[in-house]
Amino acid sequence: MNNKNNIKFIQGNEACVEGAIYAGLDFFAGYPITPSTEIAEHLASRLPQKGGKFIQMEDEIASMGAVIGASLTGHKVMTATSGPGFSLKQEALGYACMAEIPCVIANVQRGGPSTGNPTHVSQGDINQARWGTHGDHAIIAMTASNHQDVFNITVQAFNLAETYRTPVILLLDEVIGHMREKLVIPEQGEIPVVERLRTSVKKGVDYHPYLPREDGRLPMSDFGGEHRYNVTGLFHDMWGFPSNDPKIVSELLRHLVDKIENNVNEIAMYKEYWLDDADYILISYGSSARSAVHMARNRRARGVKIGVLELQTLWPFPADIVREKCAGAKAVIVVEMNMGQVVTQVKNAVDNPHNVFLANRVDGELISPSDIKTLLRMIQGKGV
Amino acid sequence: MMERSRLVFSGSGGQGIITASIILAEAAVIYENKNAIQSQSYGAAARGGSTRSDVIIDDTEIFFPKVVQPNILISLTQESYNKFASIIRPGGLLLVDSKYVAVEKKVDAVHINLPMYDTVMKEIGKPIVFNICVLGALIGVSKLIKPDSILKVLETTIAEDFMDMNKKALDLGFEMGEKLRG
Repeated sequence: MNNKNNIKFIQGNEACVEGAIYAGLDFFAGYPITPSTEIAEHLASRLPQKGGKFIQMEDEIASMGAVIGASLTGHKVMTATSGPGFSLKQEALGYACMAEIPCVIANVQRGGPSTGNPTHVSQGDINQARWGTHGDHAIIAMTASNHQDVFNITVQAFNLAETYRTPVILLLDEVIGHMREKLVIPEQGEIPVVERLRTSVKKGVDYHPYLPREDGRLPMSDFGGEHRYNVTGLFHDMWGFPSNDPKIVSELLRHLVDKIENNVNEIAMYKEYWLDDADYILISYGSSARSAVHMARNRRARGVKIGVLELQTLWPFPADIVREKCAGAKAVIVVEMNMGQVVTQVKNAVDNPHNVFLANRVDGELISPSDIKTLLRMIQGKGV
Repeated sequence: MMERSRLVFSGSGGQGIITASIILAEAAVIYENKNAIQSQSYGAAARGGSTRSDVIIDDTEIFFPKVVQPNILISLTQESYNKFASIIRPGGLLLVDSKYVAVEKKVDAVHINLPMYDTVMKEIGKPIVFNICVLGALIGVSKLIKPDSILKVLETTIAEDFMDMNKKALDLGFEMGEKLRG
């Protein structure tokens, strides 16, 4: 039996806060914006209790800069935003990719473009998470459909940020962020937490901040501490100093992409429901996955061989996993609340893209099980 | 195993309808070991216009979190009653406050029309606990959860000085609801 103190009935945004604190977050800078505001609100009270720092900055750009700086000095950091705030963070996010600075960015998605539909749900930022900042780069983006999973992926986001020295984006959405449900907070140690890998190079000995170890990881030195080094958004050598030497430029860019893309299967998190004999497979993520599972459970009860693949890692896109899981399906329906962002990835991944359909809703309301059922009936040739 | 309960709380911003729905769902989860989900409408409507909060309570896992057809509808204003009465599940339960709502439409539901606001004002004199009285009436008539579970949530969320007033409001509502149950 769980201790009641560990059982919470809270919003998804608070589940994200609890996961971040569990993972060791000790610095948050942000600028509140609906529907992510509760993340900042709760961290403003929770972080100081834990000896951490909370700063409300003048805007989203400054917030992103603050978390990058704090991470370099040895802290586990996060910022949270929504809609236009996520757009504002893109330039500094690219800097964090280039300078390989661990950080977590929670984006609780609302309707866009622009100020859009602030209080309503959307999943329209999937591609922005991938390509919002300019230039070739790789990124990790994760999502979840219930509060226990929000907690888990938040811990994983911090772990992956440290392991791969990269920004990790949490793509929550308004429904998950605002709705309340149960969260059981795991005991310390129940979920592994990856700590900052610090260099063993002694003070006064040359430290090469961008010289990878044999396993590819880059040990860090707390900036302003024992070693002097340079950090830049320009292509740089192993000391961190700017370079446009073609060899260095090429090697660094390939490293930035490969360190993540070569580990797709290690990074990938997903859940599956009734896939073993499924003729019809629903692929979904975030709040829309709840509708997909609800609908599949009801159809199963009526004898339809239908299953759900719920993606928790969206980037790097787990194409091999999607192809394998969908190999025997008559039809694949991607359920998402945008004009078709993940469906494009699924079509690229599977052997038969003509059998991939989009069930979407873009009016600010959560897609319902009956919305999905309507499309399934059309695919089955049963009419609406 | 209990039947899945789908509730819509509706009223006007400031009546405490959303707070009441959260207390109910939290009590069900933490003190009665059930699953529950609460969600609400956000936006300008939440500031003086009609507000809505959805709660689902069940023993099994709940996936789709919104209520399409409530089997229990609580309406504390005429506007919200007019807006939502038609979505109630046939044979469901409709709980309204007699001061605020004149029941007009004929919907297939058990109508519970109680003077909750007037009773609170007469017996306690503070409108702030109106929502707790509504919660009392709701569980009195529906037996969704035990009053004790509500009190336990209140103990963790409100100041001690206000507990007596809240307990009294809960009891008043519970008695009214239970009486109707017969």
